[in-house]
Amino acid sequence: MNFLVPLVVTIPLLGAAVTLALGGRRAPQIVVSVLALGMVAVISVLLLVQVDRSGPAVVHVGGWEAPWGIVLVVDRLSAIMLLISALILLGVLLFAVGQGILDGDRDTPVSIFHPTYLVLAAGVFNAFIAGDLFNLYVGFEMLLSASYVLLTLGGTGARIRVGVTYIVVSLTSSLLFLSAIALIFGATGTVTLALIADRVAELPADVQLILNLLLLLAFCVKAAVFPLSFWLPDSYPTAPAPVTAVFAGLLTKVGIYAIIRTQTLLFPDSPLSVPLMVVAFLTLLVGILGALAQADIKRLLSFTLVSHIGYMVFGIAMGTQLAFGATIYYVVHHITVQTALFLCAGLIERVGGTTSLARLGGLLKAAPLVALLFFLGALNLGGIPPFSGFLGKFALFQAGTVAGDPLTFVLIAAGAATSLLTLYALARVWNMAFWRSTDEVEGYESPMLDRLLADPEDEGSVRTRTISPLMTGATAVLLALTVALTVFAGPVFGLTSRAAANIADPATYIDAVFPDGAP
Amino acid sequence: MSASLALVIVMAVMFAAGVYVMLERSLTRVLIGFLLVGNATNLLVFIMSGRAGTSPIVTGTAADANMVDPVPQVLMLTAIVINFGITALLVALIYRSWWLAQLGDEGDTVTDEHAAETTASTEESFRSVSEDEAAITAALDASEREDVAGVGDGGGGR
Repeated sequence: MNFLVPLVVTIPLLGAAVTLALGGRRAPQIVVSVLALGMVAVISVLLLVQVDRSGPAVVHVGGWEAPWGIVLVVDRLSAIMLLISALILLGVLLFAVGQGILDGDRDTPVSIFHPTYLVLAAGVFNAFIAGDLFNLYVGFEMLLSASYVLLTLGGTGARIRVGVTYIVVSLTSSLLFLSAIALIFGATGTVTLALIADRVAELPADVQLILNLLLLLAFCVKAAVFPLSFWLPDSYPTAPAPVTAVFAGLLTKVGIYAIIRTQTLLFPDSPLSVPLMVVAFLTLLVGILGALAQADIKRLLSFTLVSHIGYMVFGIAMGTQLAFGATIYYVVHHITVQTALFLCAGLIERVGGTTSLARLGGLLKAAPLVALLFFLGALNLGGIPPFSGFLGKFALFQAGTVAGDPLTFVLIAAGAATSLLTLYALARVWNMAFWRSTDEVEGYESPMLDRLLADPEDEGSVRTRTISPLMTGATAVLLALTVALTVFAGPVFGLTSRAAANIADPATYIDAVFPDGAP
Repeated sequence: MSASLALVIVMAVMFAAGVYVMLERSLTRVLIGFLLVGNATNLLVFIMSGRAGTSPIVTGTAADANMVDPVPQVLMLTAIVINFGITALLVALIYRSWWLAQLGDEGDTVTDEHAAETTASTEESFRSVSEDEAAITAALDASEREDVAGVGDGGGGR
């Protein structure tokens, strides 16, 4: 079944080529993209079952044994990430299709959207199955180049402005990553992860620390960890709703995946636990305090995204098997719920004509279904029992109390406060956009409202349009997925714990790549 | 591992200059800075193959010991290709941003400032075609008239 591993990258790439050749013919393009991502989802399920049963699947590309050739490795963590991202990409694609059919694609030129989206998918999958650092870099570059195009779709003034910032920041982090690869190659003579893991321990401690810091720095920019998160709340909200949703859900988590992979495999005895804790603490609090100050739903959600990255960094910083299990569960939960909430914001934008809280009101009557979806997502992200957000945070805090370090208790307190503040921020959205009647909005005075009244063509105000059942359907399915994460929490936690057992013991990974011992 | 000092110095200078230029406000300078830093990084990867040696072809003789490590060169080539693609996109974005800054969103609907010249040259090219056609028609008519005249003459002679 190992032949399935490379297919998760080749199928989306082939799909991208076909959709590009199909040009402006919308219906066949949609069929090809949905088919490609659907196939990857099925393959991911098969891989997950196989990997869970009989250990990591390793493919030596072209028959060249590692470390001479490129090696692809799928262990439990990779398989879980593959499956959840395939499902999310598919859900958001359906949402985009629903939106595109209604709009006649004014904002998203359809001939470009599908190929770029599939290249993005291929890049994400490539990063998850990469068995060497350079292939991980190539995966990152694939998904980033696709994201540059998706972010600047249509080439409007606002998108070009934030697009250039986003590209320069991402490029800088990519060059840092490449420098780190060069130095690691210089120090160990290889880029294969399993072999680096075998050799890096022999290096002097200070060299190890420099390599570790360089890699972390590059990944933290991509994962939007404070203080390297400044670019995110500016760039994400300007993109079209489905693009923002998939960026928010997946791209930062690819960075988190890379951090988990390198911290556990290459630097398992890293002395950076305390600095990571501090960074996690700041990410949690600064992110959520930023969210409280926002008057725009998309920007508010972007800040909660940054804030909740802190939980995952907290889990990684603890570094125990229990913490990794909880972190993986939290990553899966957060990918799903954050994407669903951004899709809800897209629905609100269509019903209300804006995402500015100052101008929204009475949506509960206008669109009860959207209200229900947003309410479910908000409770989930805020960590209200019995939703998966509560379970993920609870597991993290439990791992923290087991670790028993004073610093972890500080982090637990910050995490609990962040959870409550998230709930407050989202309840504010609920009260203003859904609960209050439109009469209350008319009397509402603010400089922003005046500005918008003076210039109705301002960014963020689009005319109200109808919602297709496909759009609400896709959002509802993603929220159903988060509910399923609650209902089947037992089996899912079993799986993430086994994945954590995998990554807590680097020998499993190294032995899978080099069954006869490292050269 | 030993490395060429000259390459290390060149790399360091490129990194320093690139980062400095990248911090400017102008997008074109940011682009130049990115190109410098990108190529400095490529040099860093290249330096990791160590001192210059013989080409990496395995001959099975003692000369193989002096072989240069080809892997960094492969990595560097891939990085160059990726940088090239992104640079092209960045140039397009900078042009677009310049366009928007100069003309705003209405820029897309502005007619070409050379529209008059274009129309004139188009008409010119059509005019020459129509002149050619007129000349050909005239020539054909003339030869036809000659033929008719010739036939008339011949008929008269018989």
